[in-house]
Amino acid sequence: MEIPVEFLLEKTIIVVAVFTVSLVIAMYSTYAERKVSALLQDRIGPNRAGPLGLLQPVADGVKFFMKEEIIPSSANKFLFVLGPSLAMMTACLTGAVIPWGSTLEINGSIVPLQVTDLNIGVLYIFAVVSIGVYGVMIGGWASNNKFSLMGAIRASSQMISYEIAMGLSIIALIMTTGSLSIRDIVEQQVDGHWNIIYQPLGFFIFMVCAFAECNRTPFDLPECEAELVGGYHTEYSSMKLGLYLFSEYINMFISSAVMSAFFFGGYDIPYIEKLGLDHNLVTILGTGFFFFKIVLFIFLFMWVRWTLPRFRYDQLMNLGWKIMIPLAIINIILTGSGILLFK
Amino acid sequence: MGNIIFYILSGITLCSAFFVILSKNPVYSILSLVITFCCITAHMLLLSADFLAVVNIIVYAGAIMVLFLFVIMMLNLNEAVTQGTKSFISKLAAFISGGLLLVALVFLLKGQQIGAVDLSKLDPNFGSAQELGKILFNQFILPFEITSVLFLSAMIGAVMLGKKDLKDN
Amino acid sequence: MQLTNRSKVVVDKNMTLMERMYVPAIVSGMLITLSHLFKKKATIQYPEQQREFSFVYRGKHILKRDEQGRENCTACGLCAVSCPAEAITIIADERKKGEEHLYKEEKYASLYEINMLRCIFCGLCEEACPKDAVYLTEELVPASYNRKDFIYGKDKLVQPLGTSAHPKTYKPYKK
Repeated sequence: MEIPVEFLLEKTIIVVAVFTVSLVIAMYSTYAERKVSALLQDRIGPNRAGPLGLLQPVADGVKFFMKEEIIPSSANKFLFVLGPSLAMMTACLTGAVIPWGSTLEINGSIVPLQVTDLNIGVLYIFAVVSIGVYGVMIGGWASNNKFSLMGAIRASSQMISYEIAMGLSIIALIMTTGSLSIRDIVEQQVDGHWNIIYQPLGFFIFMVCAFAECNRTPFDLPECEAELVGGYHTEYSSMKLGLYLFSEYINMFISSAVMSAFFFGGYDIPYIEKLGLDHNLVTILGTGFFFFKIVLFIFLFMWVRWTLPRFRYDQLMNLGWKIMIPLAIINIILTGSGILLFK
Repeated sequence: MGNIIFYILSGITLCSAFFVILSKNPVYSILSLVITFCCITAHMLLLSADFLAVVNIIVYAGAIMVLFLFVIMMLNLNEAVTQGTKSFISKLAAFISGGLLLVALVFLLKGQQIGAVDLSKLDPNFGSAQELGKILFNQFILPFEITSVLFLSAMIGAVMLGKKDLKDN
Repeated sequence: MQLTNRSKVVVDKNMTLMERMYVPAIVSGMLITLSHLFKKKATIQYPEQQREFSFVYRGKHILKRDEQGRENCTACGLCAVSCPAEAITIIADERKKGEEHLYKEEKYASLYEINMLRCIFCGLCEEACPKDAVYLTEELVPASYNRKDFIYGKDKLVQPLGTSAHPKTYKPYKK
């Protein structure tokens, strides 16, 4: 098996770029979270570190590294370290199949702005997300603390419950697109034929489930400060806690990217071909527009967090099993009959 | 290169599979079972069965194993509980059933062609979701439908079991 | 008796389908928070910006001097008697020859201590003082690590020479 050097170089650059971008965006999401929460509550937010407080994430990172690292004596040491690493790893894996832009032409060769275009990209995302539960569960159990265990159990049952509704809402989307490759799904939405027009209910279900999968308010029961102290990361300190918090923000970034790719046309700017611009320029503009959509979704995540109170646990399960799953099944039936009628 | 990956993966698979049955702590057992599943998924990828590989991760590693882990964490089975000596009869039963499984596996492998498969001769769409869907809904439509009926009855059964508690209260 | 129009009667009726969907309520709630994004911020950037004290604010005490820089206090003890928290300790002394430029009258307080941990800043000492000597300023009493640091003697209480005469316009931090 011969692998050409240019191919390796190209993919390495894209992988490093995707990794860096997701880390930087996650870093500045923590800043944005504090700033948005402050603005929504008539405060100003961090403004001391650097201009407008823009160096705040760096200061936070330094603080995380400098803090004393505590591993409880009764904790399972190996699993205690494995938990946050796993959470971070699965969070970073998902970015591989998301098409960040169309193609670039460099020296005659065409470079797609995507790590890999799997023909089962949608399922890949689901697989990685379903593995993501382990990070939380292992960490919570290894802490040997009842609050951590409660948080971990809540997290895993919540994630499993909402994965079903999420998968069902995506099945309706796949019925209309006919492909499991995310690039195909994005390419089909050119010129404003965004899937949100055909799948509004599907998008709604997917969004609610994405909130639940990311453990964000109103579904942040796993970390429930009021009753579970800190949930699964009660016993964690220093950068291991940082990894857990960071993976949450990366998950948020990735689910924003997935939502905008699936339902809002990804890197598509409607009717930009009519302007007759250079292909590379169109690609770069498209990528910029994609990131604009992602930032809007991240803002939505934060906006919801600082508006809505948290669900009670039985309400959460009721919503997941008795409302979201039937709604998703109804959506599949509606989509199926729509396809039969109009195509 | 494919061979090297295959041998490394096989080694990890076998080691983790042995650890599943040798480990005293049930949580370690389950976690190594998850590793085993991940390795099997990688084997499927080597055989260019992408769809099956990902579904294996979603269903086994992502859902069923999480439920196993869930139950063990809830019951809080520690080493002291599980280390209790088993009676002779249960050891004998375990030996017989394990031996029968081994015999069945050997019997199944007898007629199979063992060795490398030339992947370049395969259809490029082999193992993809489209191909699998076509085969599933043409050639194997009857088993597929029977399985779905089975799952439906299991689902209804679970709902009925859940409902019964409510009426008693 | 109805005091305001804001009271709501609690009704235990079943919610309509629209209300049970919660989505309209969630959207209206989110619009409320969005409107706060553009409202005036309530934050005061403390070390750079400081809030104006109320005119009647009572802070750290000051022992006044007159126009010629002599201490007003004659150690009559009325402030100590009026103090409900018993925070003031006074030892009186007689003015010697040659100290006329320091003390206004023949008797003065050689020791004047206020325990700031006991003091409740009620201002009764200020009201009781017949000689216009004790006033409460707008200055804050800072925190400290030791209890004995809170017993303020004359070194901390007497008005520094050459500062403004009126206690309420005497703002040491805002020159």
